[in-house]
Formats: sequence, structure tokens, C-alpha cells
Amino acid sequence: MSATAQSVASPAPGSAVRPPLHTISLFVNNKPGVLVRVALVFSRRGFNIESLVVSPGAEGRFSRMTIVSSGNSRDLGQIILQLAKLVDVVHAIDHTGDDSYETEIALVKLFAPLDQRTQILQIAEHFKAKVVDYGSDSLILQIHGPSEKLDAFIDLLRPFKLPEIVRSGKLLMARGVRVT
Amino acid sequence: MPQKIPSGGEKIVQCLEREGIEYIFGLSGGAAMPMFDALVDSKIKLILTRHEQGATHMADGYARSTGRPGVVLVTSGPGATNTVTGLLTAQMDSAPIIVICGQTNAVNLGKDAFQEADVTGITYPVVKHSYLIKQASDIPRIMREAFHIATTGRPGPVLIDVPKDIGQGPCNAPFTTEFDLPGYTVPGRGDEEAISRAARFLRESRRPVLYVGQGAVISDAGKAITALAEKLRAPVVNTLLGKGAVDETHPLHLGMLGMHGTAYANKAVADCDLIMSIGARWDDRITGRVSDFCTRAVKIHVDIDPAEFGKIIQPDVAILGDARLVIEDLVPQVELADTKEWLAQIARWRKQYPLKYPKQGGLRAQHVLDRLNELTRGEAILTTDVGQHQMWAAQFCLARSNRHWITSGGAGTMGFGFPSAIGAQFANPKKKVWAIVGDGGFQMTCSELATAAIHKLPVKCLIINNNYLGMIRQWQEMFYDNRLSGADLEGNPDFVKLAQAYGVKGLRIRRPADVDRVLGEAQRWDQGPCVVVAEVVKEDNVFPMIPAGASLAEMLIEKPKHRLDKPTGST
Repeated sequence: MSATAQSVASPAPGSAVRPPLHTISLFVNNKPGVLVRVALVFSRRGFNIESLVVSPGAEGRFSRMTIVSSGNSRDLGQIILQLAKLVDVVHAIDHTGDDSYETEIALVKLFAPLDQRTQILQIAEHFKAKVVDYGSDSLILQIHGPSEKLDAFIDLLRPFKLPEIVRSGKLLMARGVRVT
Repeated sequence: MPQKIPSGGEKIVQCLEREGIEYIFGLSGGAAMPMFDALVDSKIKLILTRHEQGATHMADGYARSTGRPGVVLVTSGPGATNTVTGLLTAQMDSAPIIVICGQTNAVNLGKDAFQEADVTGITYPVVKHSYLIKQASDIPRIMREAFHIATTGRPGPVLIDVPKDIGQGPCNAPFTTEFDLPGYTVPGRGDEEAISRAARFLRESRRPVLYVGQGAVISDAGKAITALAEKLRAPVVNTLLGKGAVDETHPLHLGMLGMHGTAYANKAVADCDLIMSIGARWDDRITGRVSDFCTRAVKIHVDIDPAEFGKIIQPDVAILGDARLVIEDLVPQVELADTKEWLAQIARWRKQYPLKYPKQGGLRAQHVLDRLNELTRGEAILTTDVGQHQMWAAQFCLARSNRHWITSGGAGTMGFGFPSAIGAQFANPKKKVWAIVGDGGFQMTCSELATAAIHKLPVKCLIINNNYLGMIRQWQEMFYDNRLSGADLEGNPDFVKLAQAYGVKGLRIRRPADVDRVLGEAQRWDQGPCVVVAEVVKEDNVFPMIPAGASLAEMLIEKPKHRLDKPTGST
């Protein structure tokens, strides 16, 4: 989801430096329009939303958003405050780099004839990925775990024909009595 | 006889009555008819405006002059989109207005029905909050929440979109005082520890400045701030919007700071060892180049909106809370500071760099406004439009009490001045209300002369007419080699005749000798509105001036002899 075209935080064209990633958890009213209000805070400040997971909270009238966003770290505190200021946001917490439990699911489709599959299945086994669809020309693998593990898995598969990837986006929960 | 079930529109109007609303400013249309119909039987007075933008500024002027919410009622589509500028204006300056829009039938939403616009979508960035009513039973709760949100904490505009079938259909829901706002909290008193840290810094400061903004006006913190200033012997400056919170004629008051502030206010800020913002947000008009702003001074920031802390300036002490309550808690903790040398220095600056204007060479806006200040003596409510006249009015018309100075600061909305004065006059029938406008801005909303005329409102409108978009011309003269582009308002009407065409009294000032007589005549005229056109010299400039993006040290006291670089600030 590209929330912005221009950004003070984006690197200069041609530069390889990517703005840092931040993980933010929002607890919000489950009402129409909340997602737009949240997205506007990010786009106005030049942050790109890399992934976004919205799901019902423990009580149906609330929703949970887990957002991974890239942008200037200096502006992040301000964005958290502006998110928290939205009437429909109950709380907004920056979980970047804290010790929360994180996981993500990915589905990876591969076009691979039967004679190429040994290597693919070896990689899958090493990463504890599951084959969820086994066709004559294609496979779908399902993997879950920390986002970095998914990145590594997908990188190893890149030499093969890899027409589609669907990732859930990061899910996160604070450990112990801490609030997500 | 069983009681008739009210329609959604009637329920909305009944909710407005329960909120104590006296006036609705609006313009009718198809989708809003259920509400307009309900107003026929209501004690709420409908003020029919000539354009929806005018309605929003009237509600805004009503709100800012009283502290009570102003209400706007318009129809769907273009009626609603015409309120966007008014919403932005209210949002930027934290004014509590409620904008109720008609909308196409709920079943037609998203199908490009006649006069349909996704108004909640269009207005997300310019409202404090908004509602699209999906079922009639939500009406009482939404109305209560809307008023609560608009008027508490940092106030702001709330938009309510009402589909026609919801307005037309029955609404059986009982009135409620309940909210369902788990994500909305209103700060009150400040944190004790933060307040005592601030007090410690204030006790140690030898060159303090109290910097007062709109938050102090909203929370009516003026008395407390004056007590603090007197106890510390600390000078006070205010922003354009903070005018009136503390009496500008007080000996410790240095007037407005910032781009066109007084030289002594800006010199004090540039040289202070402590600056305390009380409900002001370190706007770019104030700080100039942020990296050079008060680099050696301790910064204390009192604000009711936590998102203001660190947005522009990282404070040494941030106190979250209502400005009045925070300052009241702070006063007992400070003592007379040793500021003798500091005040003597400021007195020297005041003497060396007074606000001044040439007394010769034709009629000057500054002269007219200086005399208006003498005539009204802080007792009238003054509103302004945006541009040179606004800055001159801010410099020469001293505000002496809260809610007597109303201007569009953050948004800088041309067309604001005259309708906001109409709203303020409705709210304050016993007060003199003057709109100070330029010839450019006035023409954006001058059709509201009809609104003022039919209600025989004694509102006065002083047009500072230089036949230019004067601030644009000033910038082009100073920074763009005098290459004028889009600045000349050739083709202006005769504003006296324009007023007369609406049945409004029109007066003209041509010579300095006419000023007192004509202003006095307008001040006494109470049979209806009065327009005074001051035909001022065409090419005058506002000074002092800090070019946009420059530091306070680069302030120009008068027009420089050399050519200036283009400003680096955006506007």
C-alpha cells in the first residue's frame, strides 16, 4: 500500500539507503473510515505503509491494526502522537525493536516442473514450510515465522520461477502484562 | 393522542435545541430539507447566508467571540464542498464549529447520485472528527458526541453527514448524555512534577519571555498569565491569534511577535534565556528558521494537545493540560525574578524601534487603523481578513480583552473577515463589531452584505482599499524585482455603491483629515450594516518583516536599499 508519492524521509533517487522500518500497533474503534484516518496521518508525514493487518479485537467493537511503516525515525514519535489524537484511536504504541512476539505468514507460488522440485522441497523442509497445493506445473508453499525468516526463505527461492507471493504482514503481540 | 414520532431531521434540530443553540448559519438544498423543514417549528433562528463558505465563517466568528459552538447547515454535494475552506480555517485555529450536511439517500451512496459528494472522505484532513449517520437511532448519541468533541480539549470542527432518508425517516431514539468515545480524553490540570520543573527554570531565568497563543484565549488564561508575568516581572508577547488573552496595553506586553511582529517583541525573543509557550505552537510565522530559533534559551511548552510537543521545537519542559489551570498552579511556585536589566534593555528597544508609519504622502492604512484603535479602545470586537491590512491591524489595534480579536491565522483564509464579523455580531448584539478587510478578501464573501442587511445587523466593515493584493505586491516588489504577477485588482467595484446596492450604508475616506469623522459616523450608525471604504495609498509595505525562512536576527525594520534574495520559507 503506497500511501505517499513524495517524502522528506525517502532517500535521494539512486541512493541505496532505505528509510528504517517501524512497527506500530493501534487499538481502534471498529467503525467505518478509521483506516482512512489512520492512513492519512502516515501519508501526510511522508511515511510509506509497508504492511497493514486489521483484525477484530477481543471485543467486537474494537479493531487491532498492526502497521509496518518506513520513514524518518525522528518523525515517528510525532506520528504516534498524531495517531493517538484521532478520536477513533484508543491507543497507539510503537513496538519497534521491543521484545514483542512477532510472526507473519506467506504463501509462495512456484512454477516448477516435477524434475526441479527436489531442491525446492529441501529448502521448504529446512524452513518448515508446508506444501499446501501440489499441481503438475506449480506448487504453493506456506511458511510462517518472523518476517526476516520469510525474507530469507523467499530469497532462496528466487532462482526458481516465482510468479506470486502473498504475505499477511507482520502480526505482533507484547509479552506478559505489557499492552499491545 | 399518541405522540408523533419525530423525523430524523426533527430529532437533529431538537438535539441542537438541547445544546442551547440560538443560531444556525446555512444555505438550503434538496438533501438538507428535512432539517430545514424542522427549523420552521424551532426557536433556533436560521440565518440564510448567500454562500456556504460565508456560513462557516459566521459560525466560526460566533464561536470565537463566545467560546460556544457555531452551527452550520448545508446541503449535499456542492453545498457541502463549499464548507471545506471554512472547516480548514476552523481546524487550523481550533474553533469549535459543527457542520451538518445533507447527503443523498443512504442506498444511493457511492452511486454518483445527483448532488452526491463523499463529504466525509473529502474532509478527513480538515476536521477534528466526522460522522456519516447510517441509522436514525444513532442521531442523539452522535449529536452529543459531536458537540463534546468540538468544544473540549483542543476545540475544532466536527462534520455530520445526514443522508436524506435518515433525515426524512422516523427517529424514535431517546435523547442521551452518554458518549461512546473510549479513545478521547480531555487533559485538565498539568502534571505537578512538570510544573515544578518549569517553576525552577522560571526562578533561575534572568531574561524570560512568555509567549501566548490561541490556547490561552480558548482557556481564558489571561488573568493567570498576567499574574504570572507581574509576579516574575517577565515580558509577554502574543501570536496573531493570542491577541487579547493578555491586555496588549499592559506595560509588560510587547505586542505581537513573528514575521510582522514588533521589533522589540522579536528582539526580546531572539535574546531571551527562557521562552514559555502558553497555548502556542511555534508556527513558522513565529520561529523563522527553526535551527536558529532561541538556540540558547530554555523552552517550556504548555499545551492541551500532546501532538504539539516536539512537532517543531523540542521543549525542555512539556506540560500537558489546560493553559489556565496550568498557569494557576504555576503562579504560587514562582517568585519575583531579577529581570531589571532585561526590562531596561527591552525598554531601550521599544524606544529605538517603535512601530511607525509615514504621516505624509496620502492616506495610509496604518493611520486609519491607528485611529480605529483610538476610537474603539479595545471595547469593540475586531475581525480581520488576510493580508497587509491584517498585519497592520494586528500591529496598531491593541486587543485588551479575551475574544475581542478574531482572525484567520493558521489557514490565512481570505474572505474570512466580513462573515466572521457577522457571526460575532449575532452573538454579541450589544457590542460594536468591526470587520477590517482588504479589497481582495472582501470580494470573496461580500455577497453576505445581503445577510447582514436583511437582519439590520449594525456590523461595520472597514475596507482598506489599495486596489492590490497588497501582500503579494509587497513580496514581488521586495523579492521578485518588482515583477508584478497576479497582484493588481484593476476592475474593483466602487465599494460604496456596492454597499448601497444591498441597501447598506456606505461611507468613504479619501484624506487623512476625513478619518476620525467618518469612522465616528460609522461607529454611531446602528440602523444596519455600514461599509467604510478607505482609499489608501497603493504601494505601502508592512514592516517590520522577517522574510519567510529567515532567522529572527534577519528582521527588516524598514525597506532595505539592496535587492533581497527570494525567501526560503514556503509562504
